[in-house]
Amino acid sequence: MTRTSPSGERASPARPYLLVAPLLVVLLVFVVAPLAFVVAVSFFHYDNFAIIPAFSFENYADVLTAHLTYDLYLTMIWFSLLTWFFTLIIGFTVAYFLVFHVRNPLIAIGLFLVCTVPFWTSNVIRMISWLPLLGKQGLINSALLATGAIRQPLQFLLFSDFSVVVSYVHLFTIFMIVPIFNSMSRIDRTLFEAAADAGSSRWQTLLHVVVPLCKSGIALGSIFVVTLVMGDFYVVKVMSGGSRASIVSAMYDDISTLLFPHAAANAVILMIIVVIMVSLILRVVDVRKELASQR
Amino acid sequence: MAQRRKNSARIGGADANTAISRRNLLRAAAAAVGAAAGSQVIGAPTIWAQEIKDIELRHVGVSYSVVKAIGDQASKDLGFKVTMQNLDTSAAITRFITQPQTVDIPDLEGWQTKVAVARGILQGIEVKRIKEFDNILPIFTKGEYEGKKVSRQGISPYEAMYIEKKDSTKIVEGVHDWMTFLPQVYNADSIGYRPDIVGHPVTRWKDLIDPNYKGRSAILDVPNIGIMDAALALESRGDLVYKNKGNMTRQEIDTTINALIALKKQGQFRATWTTFEQSVELMASGEVVIQSMWSPAVTAVLAKGIPCIYAPVNEQPDGKEGYRGWCNGMGLMRHLSGKKLEAAYEYLNWYYAGWQGGFVARHGYYSPVPKTAEKFMTANEYGYWYLGKPAADVIKDPYGAAIAKAGAVRDGGSFIERFTNIACWNTVMDENQYMIQRWNEFKSA
Repeated sequence: MTRTSPSGERASPARPYLLVAPLLVVLLVFVVAPLAFVVAVSFFHYDNFAIIPAFSFENYADVLTAHLTYDLYLTMIWFSLLTWFFTLIIGFTVAYFLVFHVRNPLIAIGLFLVCTVPFWTSNVIRMISWLPLLGKQGLINSALLATGAIRQPLQFLLFSDFSVVVSYVHLFTIFMIVPIFNSMSRIDRTLFEAAADAGSSRWQTLLHVVVPLCKSGIALGSIFVVTLVMGDFYVVKVMSGGSRASIVSAMYDDISTLLFPHAAANAVILMIIVVIMVSLILRVVDVRKELASQR
Repeated sequence: MAQRRKNSARIGGADANTAISRRNLLRAAAAAVGAAAGSQVIGAPTIWAQEIKDIELRHVGVSYSVVKAIGDQASKDLGFKVTMQNLDTSAAITRFITQPQTVDIPDLEGWQTKVAVARGILQGIEVKRIKEFDNILPIFTKGEYEGKKVSRQGISPYEAMYIEKKDSTKIVEGVHDWMTFLPQVYNADSIGYRPDIVGHPVTRWKDLIDPNYKGRSAILDVPNIGIMDAALALESRGDLVYKNKGNMTRQEIDTTINALIALKKQGQFRATWTTFEQSVELMASGEVVIQSMWSPAVTAVLAKGIPCIYAPVNEQPDGKEGYRGWCNGMGLMRHLSGKKLEAAYEYLNWYYAGWQGGFVARHGYYSPVPKTAEKFMTANEYGYWYLGKPAADVIKDPYGAAIAKAGAVRDGGSFIERFTNIACWNTVMDENQYMIQRWNEFKSA
């Protein structure tokens, strides 16, 4: 894997460093510096009126010994798993249809763009549009009551874990579709003929040919979905009708009365957990290798 | 030009020690300096107008207190520019502390005032430069009304009102010459309910947690004030008597949260809400029939043609019930000086001249100086909003939409009736962090 520049001449040894420099500067200023600040504040002391620079593990001790922390993480991991499962099923199916069933590539691209149409409006609007559908006097309940299927409106439809997950799936499925669509379109069609010739059924082809070749797309989509759900606070707040707290909403409540160090410690812990989750996903699928091999 | 600015600043600064009206002196000084600089003397006010027209005051705070329409009117009346910037309570106080130079007039509640004073980001407001000071209701300036002491549970405006010197960082008890913040808008909060469904007049907080409304009630999810609504309900039900609902002990917090968790497990609450719009939606869509609510939200539900009453929760002979009061005021940031400070005082005094009082009254809020506000309202409006009289004619909101028919009476009655019945004031408790953690346990239960 030795690399020479396309022209064949020997590149100066500083060149790769110069090439990454702009990105490095951007990352340092906009990612590393703020993050370092959050980490620093997480060790500070505070009282009702001031934040006092210090080096203390008190905030971490507070967060880690609170029963609440574990409740919140379990809730959000549960939401992540459910959302991941449903977005994967839907995202994979949609991508499969677009890539393999729509013959005309122009129509496929067109339909793909149609998938993004809901994203032309804001998250908030898309989420709130569920309220008139799922409410006690919403469309579903009215319809069911009118047909006599139920006598009392179904309360679980709105302001429940159900409505939270429905909303997540609606909001985040696109993040599954895009990377899976991407890796599926790179699959060599002759592989299907080979599979058919070897006597493989459609399901077997799907399982043994398509899925393995989409691994990188699935992994990337999973990373998007899991990190989005773990870091969410607004969907939980609105769709659960405030009957659930999330990790970030607890931080928000801290910040609202200036308990910054406590919130910062919580943020650092959340970051560590999410990094672990992402590295677990990457452990299952080596995205870099997959992408390189598809070149 | 630079020379002129410098001169007028020096003269303006010198008069701080004199008893002469600073504004008049400044005008004279500006005129004198203008003449000295060789410009034509057209008249003092014109020069003042020229001097101030480049000034911009940035008034920063929550949307229900820092209102664009009010800022626009002030700009028109005062001849300099007032810019209103809206942030939520926490973002606002964070900005005051971390970027004090970007704010001129901070919008402050009691607890924010306490934090801001302790951090030394404010300068005192000189009492004698507030023209209408003597007409401010004694609820704010003395902590009493018609001889009756106003509740001190939570942070009452009076409790955070005075400092001893201009640059003090310690709030003191008693009336002094320097104020921390100037109250400008306030109200008394209670519960909103659907009279057609609840079926009886609600006058007690315990109805909020009554099993009759299981799955149809909601509570406010801003921990600091939501817990006080809960406390009022629990006290009303007879669970316990708090020493200070606005500053609970850990034990009281535990009792309150445990009761809330039990209620949640029984399915009492359909939802909790954090924004004004959510509370309107919950009530208007029929999801809930009784909930903690803010006055304009009740008005908004009514405007949708849905019956809604703002419960009058006067203090009862048994000592239970009462409203949760709040008050927002204006401070002066420490960096203000010279002409900008003069303009800031003009702006503060403008609030008490009445136009703003008339404007906020149509939201259902009040001005600390009703005397001047009255001049900017019709007799019908003043009678309806302040005196609790039946409306003689249609009552309209600030933007002209009709919200009450002739004959309607304001929920909770007159201003006096509501404000002599405050049980506690919006606050941040000493045990704040513990309370927030436990509140989140209620949320995730």
